[in-house]
Amino acid sequence: MSRLTVLYFASLRDAAGTDSESVEADAHDLRALYEALRARHGFVLPVERLRVAVDGEFARWDEAPRAGSEVAFIPPVSGG
Amino acid sequence: MTQLDVQATRFALSETGFEIAPLRAALLSARAGAYASFEGWVRDHHAGRAVLGLHYQSYAQLALSEGEKVLAEALERFAIVDARCVHRVGELAIGELAVWVGVSAAHRDAAFAACRYIIDETKARVPIWKRERYADGAADWLHPSPPPVG
Repeated sequence: MSRLTVLYFASLRDAAGTDSESVEADAHDLRALYEALRARHGFVLPVERLRVAVDGEFARWDEAPRAGSEVAFIPPVSGG
Repeated sequence: MTQLDVQATRFALSETGFEIAPLRAALLSARAGAYASFEGWVRDHHAGRAVLGLHYQSYAQLALSEGEKVLAEALERFAIVDARCVHRVGELAIGELAVWVGVSAAHRDAAFAACRYIIDETKARVPIWKRERYADGAADWLHPSPPPVG
């Protein structure tokens, strides 16, 4: 188990009802972590439509969650 | 109107309306014979629905680093002198400036091309999200699907 912080943005933030939370992750990779949180919060967006970032840099879905890290799920962007 | 510290970074987020003139002035150079800019404004409609206003949210840390990366790429790919981009965050009304791109170059072709590259890549990659408020009372975050490949 690793305790880490998850950041939410846009529709994920609305669905989770918070901009961040501390979670105990037992997922083997970041994809599984998202799936677990998706089930908990009812996120509509599938993992294929998101990117993931760890500690402020884009990361790979097959990376293992690291204790103490800050994981951000990035839904499709719409700036401009 | 906020006056941004134009020398600090090439890509910036602004929580308030900002002055364009100092941004443009920072691009002036004896080497530049051309300047191209793009302004994105808040429009009163989207996909046939009347829009009252919008809100931009960002993941600031990653938006700033990814925005800098876009501008560094533009400087590498095109024969330009310098480039800047500023994106608003927070609540915006119809007609407000949402994003500004400015590019200086020796010649206009590179200035236009780099300006286009910067706004396109910013829209596609920089973690900023738009929430539109509609006249019918609804509001939605926009999460566009990527264009089909090929």
